[in-house]
Amino acid sequence: MKILVPVKQVAVLDEDFELREDGRDVDPDYLNHELNEWDDYSWEVALQLQERHGAAVEVVPVTVGPTQAEEGLRKCLAKGGERGIRVWDAALAGSDPTVIARLLARLAEREGADLVLTGAQAADHAYAQTGVGVAALLGWPHVAVVSALDYTPGAASAKVCRELEGGLQEELAVQMPAVLTIQLGINEPRYASLRGIKQASAKPIEVLSHRELGLSDAQVGEAGSACRVRRMYVPAKGQAELIEGTPAEQARRLAEIINELRGVNG
Amino acid sequence: MSGILVIAEHRRGELNPVTLECIAAAAELKTARGGTVAVAVLAQDPDAYLARLGVGGVDELIKVAVPVAEFQSDVYTEAVLALIGSRRPALVLLPHSIDAWGYAPALAVRGGYGFTTDVFGLRYEGDTLVATRAGYREKVHVELDFPGKATVLLTLRGNAFKAAEGSASPAVSVFDAPAASPRSQHLGYREPEAGDGVDITQAEYMLSIGRGIGEEEHVAEFEELAERMGFTLGCSRPIADNGWLPKYRQVGQSGKTVSNCKIYIALGISGSVQHMAGMKHVPNIIAVNKDPEASIFNIARYGVVGDIFEIAGELRNHFT
Repeated sequence: MKILVPVKQVAVLDEDFELREDGRDVDPDYLNHELNEWDDYSWEVALQLQERHGAAVEVVPVTVGPTQAEEGLRKCLAKGGERGIRVWDAALAGSDPTVIARLLARLAEREGADLVLTGAQAADHAYAQTGVGVAALLGWPHVAVVSALDYTPGAASAKVCRELEGGLQEELAVQMPAVLTIQLGINEPRYASLRGIKQASAKPIEVLSHRELGLSDAQVGEAGSACRVRRMYVPAKGQAELIEGTPAEQARRLAEIINELRGVNG
Repeated sequence: MSGILVIAEHRRGELNPVTLECIAAAAELKTARGGTVAVAVLAQDPDAYLARLGVGGVDELIKVAVPVAEFQSDVYTEAVLALIGSRRPALVLLPHSIDAWGYAPALAVRGGYGFTTDVFGLRYEGDTLVATRAGYREKVHVELDFPGKATVLLTLRGNAFKAAEGSASPAVSVFDAPAASPRSQHLGYREPEAGDGVDITQAEYMLSIGRGIGEEEHVAEFEELAERMGFTLGCSRPIADNGWLPKYRQVGQSGKTVSNCKIYIALGISGSVQHMAGMKHVPNIIAVNKDPEASIFNIARYGVVGDIFEIAGELRNHFT
């Protein structure tokens, strides 16, 4: 069986940043990128399924993004897997999660995937849309925010736990093939070995365009999106009263504040 | 295409209070733009929720009987798609909840609606609906519109809109949902782990630690500090996920809400939306973080930009 794991290089802003001239996004010069934390866990789920069930399971990390997004694929490949796939071309700029889901669904069909594992959300924009969108486009069942998985590759169904609000969990059975969106804490993602990191640089990464996935220009980019950014702005900051001084002075003042608030004499 | 449809949410017989916030947001748009507000409730026994949903601004309650007692994504998706197809609302609002994560994107791609999630601001500019959400880990706000979309589906962030108040006498109607084949099956709930006598929802004074503590071996010194100060020790998600503290000490959306807390000290917690959902109502939040841009400072009353180990080390000298 084949497990497809969509991953994302999420954007992290520099401490000081500027918006793009059109005011609709941050100037890319001020963005750094790292692998989405949730995707570290979904890749680990895939690797553990492969380890338990041997060579019959192939795990493939995939991403939608420009060249720098390959860093995320290499990070995954340093821990396991033999190849990755990156989808990108100029027409994909400005794509929202609906478009990303459309590309990933086509990719899952093209690859003949049997299971898709995504992160429950991405750390930068936190849409929490992509995985369930992929499932709906594939016509597959799905479970969102999965915190535990009991599955034998090849079986007709899996037992999963869904993390709900307030510490409650729901146990459910889901038919396969399916899309599961994975929550933090489901496992302990491994570290890559130095040998793995070295080997990953030689593993092949196939690059595909939206047209190679059978999608038209109208189905991608802003034209294919379910929403459009009008403007972006930096919100007014909150009002925390900052306590200055040496650590000893800061701690003394904090102790006074805490005692005053508790009605205790300092 | 006209009118606003709110999809009510409930679990184990309890209405999700964010439903009332969605209704208030809908009612406010109605005041500005006209049209009607309908609230649909999908349940085995929709009548059980009607009394609580007849609040200010609601024109119609739609009962949608479904054959499942618990949320089920296939059943909910088919029912809501059919309802939207029948009513053709301009706007559909849902709470930005785990259940919505589990089917709103399926609704959006199946229906081809305008769509975004976690919205905390909503208005019309002329005929254009403008939704506001956050981006780049809450560092920016983003205004979105939905060109060419006759129906827009949005999930709304909890506590971002006031809850609907007052009462109304809405018309009550019935919508027959099409049959759906559920491809997942509810097996049961797992209750949150019992707190060994510790119930952080009742604590008045909390000292919470986050990713900034770095290593498990550092938990003990903060535990000792909390005890010395007479505070209850809590944590953010990474600490519980790592197993450094039990899950019942986790504050946040997937943890607990510290309902009775009067002073909340956040050490090394940058302030994710999920964490803040559990504590931002606390009147006195004190944050210590080395990152001056950490979003926790936006809701804290007092802040220290600095090293949590240095501050904690000095702080312990003031409590015996």
